[in-house]
Amino acid sequence: MKKILMKGNDAIAEAAVRAGCLFYFGYPITPQTEISEYLSWRLPEVGGVFLQAESEIAAVYMAYGASATGKRVMTSSSGPGMSLKQEGISYLACAELPCVIVNISRGGPGLGNIQPSQGDYFQAVKGGGHGDYRVIVLAPSSVQEMVDLNYLAFHLADLYRNPVLILSDGMLGQMMEPVVFWEYDFPELPPKDWAIQGKNGRERKIILPLNLDPREMEQVNLRLAKKYRRVEEYEIRFECFGQEEADLLLVGYGTSARVLKSVVRKGEKQGLRLRLLRPISLYPFPSRVIKEEAQRAGRVLVVEMNLGQMVEDVTLAVGDRVPIHFHGRSGGLIPTVDEILEKIRFVLKSEESS
Amino acid sequence: MKTIFERPKTLLEKPFTYCPGCHHGLANRLIAEVIDELGQADTTIGVGPVGCSVYIYEFIDIDFVMGPHGRAPAVATGIKRCLPDVLVFSYQGDGDIAAIGTAEIVHTAVRGECITAFFVNNAIFGMTGGQMAPTTLTGQQTTTTPAGRDPLRTGHPLRLGEMLGQLEGSSYLARVALTKPNLIKQAKEAVRRAFLTQQEKRGFSMVEFLSPCPTNWKMTPTDAVDWVDKEMKNVFPLGVIKDWKEGVHVH
Ligand code: SF4
Repeated sequence: MKKILMKGNDAIAEAAVRAGCLFYFGYPITPQTEISEYLSWRLPEVGGVFLQAESEIAAVYMAYGASATGKRVMTSSSGPGMSLKQEGISYLACAELPCVIVNISRGGPGLGNIQPSQGDYFQAVKGGGHGDYRVIVLAPSSVQEMVDLNYLAFHLADLYRNPVLILSDGMLGQMMEPVVFWEYDFPELPPKDWAIQGKNGRERKIILPLNLDPREMEQVNLRLAKKYRRVEEYEIRFECFGQEEADLLLVGYGTSARVLKSVVRKGEKQGLRLRLLRPISLYPFPSRVIKEEAQRAGRVLVVEMNLGQMVEDVTLAVGDRVPIHFHGRSGGLIPTVDEILEKIRFVLKSEESS
Repeated sequence: MKTIFERPKTLLEKPFTYCPGCHHGLANRLIAEVIDELGQADTTIGVGPVGCSVYIYEFIDIDFVMGPHGRAPAVATGIKRCLPDVLVFSYQGDGDIAAIGTAEIVHTAVRGECITAFFVNNAIFGMTGGQMAPTTLTGQQTTTTPAGRDPLRTGHPLRLGEMLGQLEGSSYLARVALTKPNLIKQAKEAVRRAFLTQQEKRGFSMVEFLSPCPTNWKMTPTDAVDWVDKEMKNVFPLGVIKDWKEGVHVH
């Protein structure tokens, strides 16, 4: 298959089209605007609809309406725009409507800046909206994965009737790498018999993110929880990299994980035995394997482009028997290979002496 | 014997949950009647609001999607863009369409989206218990304007229909009331014209119903009807604001 050089944002947009998504609603915000720009000409070309909404809020609700008709639909944004979409994501989750939502995240809080950051981890995996719900979260760490995981996102969204979030960042959105658009090929899904299209002689259907009776509302929450348990059982994804027998386990995702791969390679040359565990699904979180790997290595260093968010989930997974260290840069800075190696030496030394 | 009046087929046999004297029930019924007469029960999708009328899906027998506060026009846009040949309408109160959802209704009209908005204006927030709405009349008492609405502090009543009338994407806009049989007839005609506008893909249409809220106005149903006729109509004049067919621009 042909490899082509492509920008991350363009690649994710093209992947959506190849996954059969004909409807996109969005609002411009840096550093994700190329997704909209690309789809503004690409979707009409294949008979789809691109619509620039008046706000992030309107965009997510247009996606909500489109999804209710059973069509594949995507919206995308970055940082501050994602905050505005959260109410809609909660509605999508409650009404069990599939939708792919892309966050090409940037530095924050507030208006922050437009540099890459992982400060939206909590918002993405803990549910930034109101109520008891979960969103499947996938974290690419290359332009190729922007394609692969977007294909997967559309499949999982339909399979579980749930919003799926791609948590990427400005670095991956803006960089260019060779990509292959393999043929979209996933197992067939059950028919969308819940979709509304007008009664057409059958019983009417209602898409309902609402239940005023507390007992019935609890039943809705329990049904959703059951679905989330299924997601946790079948949809955990991660990648291991580096030495099997290591003295330190590194944990990082997305752009941080790219840097950590270089850390493992450079560290090896310097005689360090390192292993990287990269969660690909942030929800469901690969807790069990992180625990096992952490116990084997005896110590953990979590690296993030924030001041400590995923490290809380790693701590929950590992418990307090294995020491967990953290290194983070925020505000749009990316940790360098050398500063991480320095931190690793510090961790190894301080634990020898303790 | 000839039947001259019956329940519209598309109106389900359920007692309305609206308060006695509220005109939501009448508005629901008119919409159902017109859907029946157009033979479109199978090809219409309604988008419900938040507010007293949140239960509209319980009464009209068509496919429904419930939206959140104010966003029904965006939800309707998403539906219509996927299913261009289905009739799509939103049903919204004044708090919904003229406060939290102002941006959505304005831009849906700006785009000339082929949907119909039904706007029930009772000059107050009903479901949350009678707070000031953007449509509250000057001097009107509400729970958040206990001394009466003072424009110097809280602004003036918003005339949404006239505002949308400025936009090229809006094609049919009418304001109606349901206080007298002849007005109900006119209202039904407006509902029909709005749906026709959509069927012919002429752009955005809206029908605004002036409606009493006896509960929160703290009036008897009959006094509330009088208040619509005597007070509300002065601020919100009835009539066709814009009609692509007639070229009417009233205001
Ligand atoms: S509170 Fe007012 S608007 Fe709501 S149902 Fe009662 S009368 Fe109607």
